[in-house]
Amino acid sequence: MAHGDQNQAHHGHHITPIATYAKILGLLVILTILTVAVARPVSGFDAGILNAGIAFLIASVKAAMVLAIFMGLKYDKKIHLAIFISAVFFLIVMFTFSVLDIYTRIHVESTL
Amino acid sequence: MATAQVVSEKNYLNESKGLWSWLTTLDHKRIGLLYMVAVLTFFLLGGLFAMLLRVELFAPGKTIMDASQYNQVMTLHGTIMVFMVIIPGIPAFLGNFILPLHIGAKDVAFPRINLLSWYCLITGASIAFFSLFKNGVDTGWTFYTPYSIQTSNGTTFVVLGAFVMGFSSILTGLNFIVTIHTLRAPGMSFWRLPLFVWALYSTAVIQVLATPILAITLLLIAAERLLGIGIFDPKLGGDPVLFEHFFWFYSHPAVYIMILPAMGVVSELITAFSHKTIFGYKAIAMSSIGIAAVSFFVWGHHLFVAGQSEVAGIVFSFITMLVGVPTAIKTFNWIATLYKGSIQFQSPMLFALGFLFLFTIGGVTGIILATIGVDVHFHDTYFVVAHFHYVMVGGTLMAIMGGIYYWFPKIFGRMYNEFWARVTFVLIFVGFNVTFYPQFVLGSMGMPRRYYDYLPEYTSLNRISSVGAWTIGTGFLIALFVIIHGLLKGKKAEMNPWGAKTLEWTTSSPPPHENFINEPIVTAGPYEYR
Repeated sequence: MAHGDQNQAHHGHHITPIATYAKILGLLVILTILTVAVARPVSGFDAGILNAGIAFLIASVKAAMVLAIFMGLKYDKKIHLAIFISAVFFLIVMFTFSVLDIYTRIHVESTL
Repeated sequence: MATAQVVSEKNYLNESKGLWSWLTTLDHKRIGLLYMVAVLTFFLLGGLFAMLLRVELFAPGKTIMDASQYNQVMTLHGTIMVFMVIIPGIPAFLGNFILPLHIGAKDVAFPRINLLSWYCLITGASIAFFSLFKNGVDTGWTFYTPYSIQTSNGTTFVVLGAFVMGFSSILTGLNFIVTIHTLRAPGMSFWRLPLFVWALYSTAVIQVLATPILAITLLLIAAERLLGIGIFDPKLGGDPVLFEHFFWFYSHPAVYIMILPAMGVVSELITAFSHKTIFGYKAIAMSSIGIAAVSFFVWGHHLFVAGQSEVAGIVFSFITMLVGVPTAIKTFNWIATLYKGSIQFQSPMLFALGFLFLFTIGGVTGIILATIGVDVHFHDTYFVVAHFHYVMVGGTLMAIMGGIYYWFPKIFGRMYNEFWARVTFVLIFVGFNVTFYPQFVLGSMGMPRRYYDYLPEYTSLNRISSVGAWTIGTGFLIALFVIIHGLLKGKKAEMNPWGAKTLEWTTSSPPPHENFINEPIVTAGPYEYR
């Protein structure tokens, strides 16, 4: 049986110090405030077509911190990181093809 | 493949008794049977609605229902068959039962999550049924916007039901991936896995990666309806075509959730009843992974005439053609396996051969529809209806039937009536072609789908199609009696009535609670015939 894999996972389990959790929590709160601050209705900040991109970037950084520290991916086996990255890859595939349609559609229909 | 096990009178069926023991069971075999009961019940209901649709279409104009009722019955048929029958059919029922036996494990990796998956399916189905019946939802199973965000309130609950059923699919997929990675018997390397396991593995990857997208998309519909957030509603600056992108990003790979396990079953049947080592084992295994991977890049062929850009359409058309490559690899390898095999035409084999015939037609017509210029003509006609029924029914349901008959002796420890099983094959196979082949012709003549009425010149082909549908219905009803008769009166099954080589046939029929009395040790591949 391959039960050995399970045993391996239980050994060497990384224990993250409370202080690290607190720092990450602080960063998450700061980034949340930043997300609100760069929102056009709140601050009047307007980066045009990049508005959504900036929001996605901040959200992605937050998600990466949660995954790496709170969910322990940073200290886990690399196969789990690969699984996560594959999920991100398919998300990128979905966005890329959808955006390909939307932007080429706008271009074709534009009378400018 | 491994040494035969000692036969035990104690088995998973008589290990504990009473309804409560079934509803709280953690045994993958019993959970598989819970899925079987649920899926067969849903199938009877979905089939009944199909029969009603064909009665309505027997003649032009109103026959037994008006246009609105027709749309509701069509929605019931589609939603039930897709979300409650074909998606959970093979992975959750046959997969749950056979996978641990196939790899020499005592159970799946997470038995409690396995039971939770079943309850998710039942809960989601109950929510969806409640709304479908009470509110008469008529969006079709695709919930296209903007109609789905404007029509009756019931849509929110149907969408919620599909959302909950999605969790069943995700949890089952996750369970299977972990089970295959961690619970294989000693000696069971990946290249010794039965091809059904490879197919379930590929399916599980799609379930885990794609189903969350559907869940979020359906939640967005609910949010759109309840909060008016304007993602899909053009009035609020949204894009209805974006919904189709999100929906088909899941739903096209979902076609492979339906068909990949069916291909796995067919691989088992063809090698077992040819009594010959399968041809191109690695090619078939890798083509399952290939199909799963390519399936994520082709969804845009559903949007050729929905307003999608020409550039995107051309890209999707090209990539869609690529699916034909791994699919053809499988088909050619199956045919090569049959070559010079000692073929036995038992009912499971008949269904496997039926699959080959029907799925090939479904696949080739898929290539036709993937060609943009042709699709502009065929889109939303009966040609499409015929195509996807040849894939889903001609493919998946034929494989389910073959799989049920093949593993019936193992699951229940009894044999079914072979003569009547063959009769069911003849009725289903002939009835299927009589139903759906005329629909290719109707579609190429321009008859649109999803209407309760049609022009008089379509009448004769519609009548032939309806007669075919009732023939299929008769075939499935007889199959149900064959199963019930086998359960009650079938003669006791041997450990390995087919002379097959995979691990499940080395344990007693039905298997004991933990599958094997002694842990099997695998020393060779799964199909060591000759």
